Amino acid sequence: MELICPAGTPSAFRAAVDAGADAVYCGFRDETNARNFPGLNFSREELGEAIAHAHRHGTKVLVALNTFMRAGAEDIWYEGARDASRLGADALILADMGLMAYVAENLPEQRLHVSVQASASNADAISFLVQAFGAKRVVLPRTLTIGDIAGISRAVNCEIEVFVFGGLCVMAEGRCSLSSYATGKSPNMHGVCSPASHVRYRREGNEMVSELGGYTINRFGQGEPAGYPTLCKGRFDIGEACGYAFEDPVSLDVMSEIDALRAAGVSALKIEGRQRGKAYVAEVVSTLKAALDAEPERRAALLSGLRGLSEGQKTTSGAYEKKWR
Amino acid sequence: MTNTQLTLGPVYYLWDGPKWRDFYFRIADEAPVSRIIVGETVCSKRQHFIDPHMDEVIERLEAAGKEVVISTYALVTLMRETKKLRAIAEETDRLIEVNDLSAFMYLDSRPHTVGPLVNVYNGATARLLKTRGATALCLPPELPMSSIAAIAGDDPGIELEVFAFGRVPLAISARCAHARSKGKIKDNCSFVCGEEPDGLDVRTLDRQPFLSLNGVQTMSHTCQSLIGELDELRRAGIRRFRLSPQDCDMAAVAEVYRAALDGRIDAREAKARLNAIYPNVPLSNGFLYGREGAALVGYAADA
Repeated sequence: MELICPAGTPSAFRAAVDAGADAVYCGFRDETNARNFPGLNFSREELGEAIAHAHRHGTKVLVALNTFMRAGAEDIWYEGARDASRLGADALILADMGLMAYVAENLPEQRLHVSVQASASNADAISFLVQAFGAKRVVLPRTLTIGDIAGISRAVNCEIEVFVFGGLCVMAEGRCSLSSYATGKSPNMHGVCSPASHVRYRREGNEMVSELGGYTINRFGQGEPAGYPTLCKGRFDIGEACGYAFEDPVSLDVMSEIDALRAAGVSALKIEGRQRGKAYVAEVVSTLKAALDAEPERRAALLSGLRGLSEGQKTTSGAYEKKWR
Repeated sequence: MTNTQLTLGPVYYLWDGPKWRDFYFRIADEAPVSRIIVGETVCSKRQHFIDPHMDEVIERLEAAGKEVVISTYALVTLMRETKKLRAIAEETDRLIEVNDLSAFMYLDSRPHTVGPLVNVYNGATARLLKTRGATALCLPPELPMSSIAAIAGDDPGIELEVFAFGRVPLAISARCAHARSKGKIKDNCSFVCGEEPDGLDVRTLDRQPFLSLNGVQTMSHTCQSLIGELDELRRAGIRRFRLSPQDCDMAAVAEVYRAALDGRIDAREAKARLNAIYPNVPLSNGFLYGREGAALVGYAADA
């Protein structure tokens, strides 16, 4: 199985390549990219250099153009697809069907991957995208069990990529407007979820309060680490239940299941975290690479060191376990 | 302008069978809507509540001269959901509304509509869907006016609709936060979402109303209303407006929209009537202005 690693900066990119990534995914520094955060991502020139560096080391580069084209400004996305292709991208990771159609028609040699943002979460949806646009791979949402994944893999005629480590998106990705509702900035249109520009922390007595837009997302008692106010990982007041309504502030770690994922027909494992620094990328990639290559009984020891890198220092296998539902 | 039509979207909530049936009987008799989307959309576990009443509801609506479109699931992850989708496609001659890409596999270019939960953010995608048989599509509720106008201006050859009334469907998950809030999980939920026929309030820790849970779906606390923007949307080329059922008098809501479209009442009067029909839930229109969806801006804020 390929290990697909994130890179939000040229230095993180080199770290991923040097640490043994089979492929690195990244995107342009604009609204075509679903991780459109300030200070991150690649210019045309930087991407060209990064791709050349990766190819010298036998590493593939997957370029994410995985937001939805803004009506009337489609050329920004078309140009992104043409430029990434010209610079030597091994695949484009796309979410917008109009853009998929453009690439299938105008860049027929370019390998097309379906982004998790396209929200293809079952065999029929995937088969539709394979038939309509010649998609070669689909990135599955983090809302499926390993059993679901095995069923999909048997039924579709393309490769399967799944998230195994990093942030955990609770909602069907590409179909979530929670952040847009609170801030006016949309993951689908602007490439940002819970944008830093709308985050505020304030102290109230002994408590640290985190806000997104005009809404309190969490309150932290003394000594409790104040996490980032990602909306779906906030604490809310619902009837008699007051707490994490959607998901605890945990991150995903299913590396202990890699044999089951392989048996399920998964061909690529994806690490989330394009906003992470190069030290994080280097450590996660090299550890996971070593774990993938190790005998099963040695894996747990190799992976235990990664726990401290996870959000809230807590991990979950999320929907990969059925009781999560 | 009589060439502008109203659609009644699917009931997103779990209403028990008789309530659901009686709702549509009243709509058939009273509501000035021309197209009605009927069928379970949010959670397949609710399907059996409405199945016994589907035929009589459709018959009653069609006898009243309404066009009935059959809804399909918004998130398909289980085999039984795929089977149901296939069965709907095979068994009905009526139009089907697509809410998940999987439905396209069963339509084979036959005419259909596309619901607001399928991502259509630009004219290129709208045109693509037209080539595959879509005759109408309801644009995603978060689209700003600039995008709506650009898509309509692209003239994709398809009837465009906007989400003009109702709590906004903001997210959907394989996990059920509604069940979770009551100490259960989706697979053993006891249908607790039926206890809140208009959604379960999610407030912030400062007790500010924020969201609303509806089973696996998360909706806005506010009720999107584009009642003050109907003329502008019409000028942009929108000829159909969707009303999404809430647990209030939807026939009266439809009458308000019809009256506003026909110029019989102004936006201020329309908003006052909506507030009376659906009290305690603030109206919002922020998405249309490129703002946070919860915002109420323009004419309506001071009405």
